Amino acid sequence: MPPTSPGVTGEMILFIIFGAAAIATALVMVLQTNPVRSALFLVLNLFCVAVLYLLLNAWFLAAVQVLVYTGAIMVLFLFVIMLLNLGTPDREADRLRPQQPIAVLSGLVLALIIGGVVLSPLPNPSPTLRDDRLGTVEAIGRNLFDPAQPWLFPFEVTSILLLIAVIGSVVLAKRRL
Amino acid sequence: MPDQSTAVQAAQTATPLLHTYIPVLVLAILAVGLAAVMTILSWVLGPKKPTPQKLATYESGVVPIGSARERFPVKFYLIAMLFIIFDIETVFLYPWAVNYRHSGGLMIFNLVEMAVFVAILFVGYIYVWRKGAFEWD
Repeated sequence: MPPTSPGVTGEMILFIIFGAAAIATALVMVLQTNPVRSALFLVLNLFCVAVLYLLLNAWFLAAVQVLVYTGAIMVLFLFVIMLLNLGTPDREADRLRPQQPIAVLSGLVLALIIGGVVLSPLPNPSPTLRDDRLGTVEAIGRNLFDPAQPWLFPFEVTSILLLIAVIGSVVLAKRRL
Repeated sequence: MPDQSTAVQAAQTATPLLHTYIPVLVLAILAVGLAAVMTILSWVLGPKKPTPQKLATYESGVVPIGSARERFPVKFYLIAMLFIIFDIETVFLYPWAVNYRHSGGLMIFNLVEMAVFVAILFVGYIYVWRKGAFEWD
């Protein structure tokens, strides 16, 4: 595959549109005082990020992002919001106000780190990264379940992690019933 | 049929995979556009003569009581949590199932591998069942 020539491509236009949409929805999510609206903007944001995954040739990851994050985890977020019955927070009685200077400071540090990473020259992407077959379900499945690859043990341990999550959620939620 | 599959693969490699997502993009644009056009048109064209009765929340003809923001029982949280966990199990099952037929000599190995995974999660399923988390009360 020849290296893609610089210039305006369809992929670049999509990246600009969905990257900007991701930033905009993330900002609205943070600045929104209504928690339900925040959660819905997070759904939009996760959709935009899924499109960015597609542009990075991560086909399976994009599908899983929509299925697990926008589908399942956001439903959980909404349930938690409804469970706690959060209204719009009272600006006067904001207990987290003393944390604001620390938040600004840590935000600046994060911006510096991300800026440093973004501005530093990237190593030339290896040809395997340019291969758009690398992120398909078939390729991920082949690698994940191949005994020659080191993913066998992490995969089996994931089931134990999920088992712990099952037991933990039942213990936490059933006690209050 | 190894020849056929390689021929199909070669044909697929010719076009970038991203191009197969163009219909999805068109569908998304159509869906968002249709919803936006219908909302904007009804907002622009619709006559607006509001009265207090019209603006009141419609609740089957009964005068609404209290807020719509009811607190949800914690039961819903448990259901959502269990759904996520078994959803993630499916995320692992899917790439396994897609490849299983083509795994050749590794078929038994892959079957045992997934059997161990599912068996460990089945312990969790039995636990949830015995604890009565599937019962609504």
